[in-house]
Amino acid sequence: MTSIILGVGVVLIVVILAMIFRVQSLISMVRGTPTTRETTSNKVNAVMWMVFLVLGTIGAVWSSIVAAEYFLPEASSPHGRKTDDLFWITMGITGAVFFATHVLLFYFPWRYQFRENRKASYYPDNNKLEVIWTVVPAIVLTLLVLSGWKVWRDITTEAPEDAVVVELIGQQFQWEIRYPGDKHAVIGKSRPELGAFDFRLIDANNIVGIDYTDENSFDDFMAREIHIPKNRPVLLKIRAKDVLHSVFLPHFRVKMDAVPGMPTNFWFVADKSTEEMRAELNNPEFNYELACTEVCGRGHFSMRKILIVEDEAEYNKWVAAQTPWLSRNRGYLSKVPDNLREKALRVIGPEEGPSSTDSVPAEDAASVPAPEAKKTVKMVSNPGASVEKPKTAQ
Amino acid sequence: MAAVDIPAKHDMAHGDDHDHDHEHHQSFIRKYIFSEDHKTIARQYLFSGIFWAFLGGALSLIFRLQLGFPKMDMTFLKPILGKWIQEGKLDPEFYLALVTMHGTIMVFFVLTAGLSGTFSNFLIPLQIGARDMASGFLNMLSYWFFFLSSVIMLTSLFIETGPAAGGWTVYPPLSALPQALNGSGMGMTMWLVAMAFFIVSSLLGSINYITTVINLRTRGMSFSRLPLTIWAFFLTAVIGVLSFPVLFSAALLLIFDRSFGTSFYLSEIYIGGEALHYVGGSPLLYQHLFWFLGHPEVYIVLLPALGITSEIIATNSRKPIFGYRAMIGSMMAITVLSFVVWAHHMFVSGLNPFLGSIFMFLTLIIAVPSAVKAFNYITTLWRGNIVFTTGMLFSIGLVSVFISGGLTGIALGNSAIDIQLHDTYFVVAHFHLVMGSASFFGLMAGVYHWFPKMFGRMMDDKLGAIHFWGTFIGVYLVFFPMHYMGIAGFPRRYYSFTGFEVWKELYLDLTGFITIAAGFTALFQVLFLYNFIHSIFRGRRAPQNPWRSNTLEWTAPINPGHGNWVGEIPSVYRWPYDYSKPGAKEDFIPQHIPLWETPESNLSHEIEPGAVGSGGEKVAMDRQGDIEAPTIVNNKEEKGRIDVADSDKKE
Repeated sequence: MTSIILGVGVVLIVVILAMIFRVQSLISMVRGTPTTRETTSNKVNAVMWMVFLVLGTIGAVWSSIVAAEYFLPEASSPHGRKTDDLFWITMGITGAVFFATHVLLFYFPWRYQFRENRKASYYPDNNKLEVIWTVVPAIVLTLLVLSGWKVWRDITTEAPEDAVVVELIGQQFQWEIRYPGDKHAVIGKSRPELGAFDFRLIDANNIVGIDYTDENSFDDFMAREIHIPKNRPVLLKIRAKDVLHSVFLPHFRVKMDAVPGMPTNFWFVADKSTEEMRAELNNPEFNYELACTEVCGRGHFSMRKILIVEDEAEYNKWVAAQTPWLSRNRGYLSKVPDNLREKALRVIGPEEGPSSTDSVPAEDAASVPAPEAKKTVKMVSNPGASVEKPKTAQ
Repeated sequence: MAAVDIPAKHDMAHGDDHDHDHEHHQSFIRKYIFSEDHKTIARQYLFSGIFWAFLGGALSLIFRLQLGFPKMDMTFLKPILGKWIQEGKLDPEFYLALVTMHGTIMVFFVLTAGLSGTFSNFLIPLQIGARDMASGFLNMLSYWFFFLSSVIMLTSLFIETGPAAGGWTVYPPLSALPQALNGSGMGMTMWLVAMAFFIVSSLLGSINYITTVINLRTRGMSFSRLPLTIWAFFLTAVIGVLSFPVLFSAALLLIFDRSFGTSFYLSEIYIGGEALHYVGGSPLLYQHLFWFLGHPEVYIVLLPALGITSEIIATNSRKPIFGYRAMIGSMMAITVLSFVVWAHHMFVSGLNPFLGSIFMFLTLIIAVPSAVKAFNYITTLWRGNIVFTTGMLFSIGLVSVFISGGLTGIALGNSAIDIQLHDTYFVVAHFHLVMGSASFFGLMAGVYHWFPKMFGRMMDDKLGAIHFWGTFIGVYLVFFPMHYMGIAGFPRRYYSFTGFEVWKELYLDLTGFITIAAGFTALFQVLFLYNFIHSIFRGRRAPQNPWRSNTLEWTAPINPGHGNWVGEIPSVYRWPYDYSKPGAKEDFIPQHIPLWETPESNLSHEIEPGAVGSGGEKVAMDRQGDIEAPTIVNNKEEKGRIDVADSDKKE
């Protein structure tokens, strides 16, 4: 009903405007072509530039002050604060240029609007001016580039050796998370290492294609949310199973595409725990989130995961509480080469009750009242099942 | 050059008569449909472009409704969208299809074909003094390949699985795997086929533009006397010829991957419960190939708009364009640099970070010539005597959105900052201002300015002014707030933000506001359409030179026939920007007025033979050759002017 009324209203307005236009054009036809270019409408247009300048400035300033509350969500990584600074410096400089050029751009039309008794200056060039406004922007841009480059270089250096490794695997339409586990000592390694993977090994249960011919895989575990320790470098190893995805952690200023066939990575340090952020933002519900920023299909907008930053002790406790994926899926022991099977059994320990395909410990699931994306992707308590679910796209 | 232009005076006059007769005999089909006349082809491009612009705009309004009012009941769209509306909700995949088709249509069909196709075709022969394009036949083919491409692209909107939906960049693997996205099935095939034809069309057009500009300039029309419009169209065509073939190869390889099982872009994919056979390909290869066109494409749509603006701002400021040579230099720099910045679209794609640094440096270099152009526009206004024709309003508007959008590019071109801003609304705001709106404003400026030449009538300037102010204000209301959302991290191409704590409560009123502003802007375009169609049939008849402009097209008859000028093509004696020259009677001296007719206003270097500057040498020789000045209207007498050709050849 409302739409009908609206439609009728629009039609009426259009008809009225058409009438006004008709009358106006008839009048102008009677009057003939104006002999001067110094017409009323020329004056009106000239004034409009100034009106636009004034109202536009007020609007831009006011709206950005109001909107600023949500600009750049509180950064929780040192490199993020650096890029934020760069961003604001750049915005400061460009904002000043924006304002100055617009003042001139809108003032000149008003100031130099057509007058019959005036002639424009014949002023075709001025090399000095050209040089100035070539060189000055060039210098400013060089400074900006150099400062940006320094930050970029630091962000993209190799990750420190002791970085905590987390693997994020993008698939339509959720993220899988794999950790290297903490039982590396059992197989005689000094540091936790992720096991190899192969996309041909992916099946309904082994949804990330863990390769059990690699001994590093034995203690790998899967998690439903990302846990990382505070103040320690974290290396995200990123890959995708099907199409491009992109890891976006807005609070950490982290973004990196997930590419099938070409693993990528990004390392950073989180220096504010989830608890600290909750206190700082005065929002007990706060959680760090992971989003997808490379269009990946129907459920692109719903690829959410929660990321929890905790103190190192808590983090270690959490890791210790996880069970290797292999110990919950003992059937995959058959994939382990004979000479390594004993090692594998040492890592995953003796069988504990009925084997389950659920890789997520119960207590973990309980601690997350995760309001996961509802639309097309349901939170899958059994990650293996997600592969079997017929996709809407098919 | 003159040899090609005018082989001999005798034949010329003859040829004209012939052309003239010919025109009367031309069948309707040859005259209006399969026409080889550049002016008709230009009008065909313009009508097609306007059609596509309204369609592309309508698509954006639908997805803006979803974004602005996610809870809205969209059942009222069911008659149009059918099964894409389920239970009053827009299908999320169709949302992506809308975004994709909006981008594809606007970038390629409106701002490439509609802008370049219209004005390069229309203005190149008229402004350089040629009877038509170098090859009228290829030119006709160019339009009809574009038409074929349009038909295929349009048809893809109506097929059952929907049109391509992987974003206008159609990155594989998403665009290569029908099991990943419905739109990657038949819709994507049609997208690729349509784009292949589009590229053929674009290449035929570009080759023609380049050839025509190089070979068919009239006597005296040296490169240093070309209007900036022609410089812009020329360089645009050069960019097109060099970059579109790369998109063609990208599309071809994608077709191979999709249909013939090759692995150029695909590798290690597990989807739909099975591991696919592809190994060894790289999705990044596609991105490189795509952006090798994709970034120059930005300038393919922007340069013609800047050229049009240069011409209109100079004409209506009644002042020479400031820094003519700097403007040409900037455009040349942009042309070259546009080919070496493409990977700034890929800073976080997994590209080697070292390459990222290189492309950051190169990207920010391209900001310099862009800045020079902006400063030159502003200085052209300074101490002008400004007439606000609608074309002028849109041109000043262009400079404004070009600056606004260009400045945010400085933030995005910085790879460290881009980590956070990449693929957010900040990018959307940036390119909609600097590329979308700026080029659209250029298109509109051109339509209003050359409408009298195209249709022999004037558009209504009051309606035009209302159209301009509504659009100008509307564009800022739509795109300015998008920066805010981008800074807050809102990712683009999201159907809804309710899934994320960080965004679901934010800017709820702002998104609605943007949608309303978009609708508001769209209403003014309807006004334009009315003005446009009405004026074709009922507009005031155009005078010979309505804007008192210097360029050559205004010396042709008000409704130029096939061959443009009746009789001889006027010669050119000066650059196109002699506005408000001190001492001159009028505030403009058209290009075809010889210097010896204007002794009162000639500058010192313009009279002395051999002087450097605006072709003093040639002037001297012209003098010997031409005793009489050529006039606008046909000068039937034979004049021995062949010697002039020699002097021109030296250029």
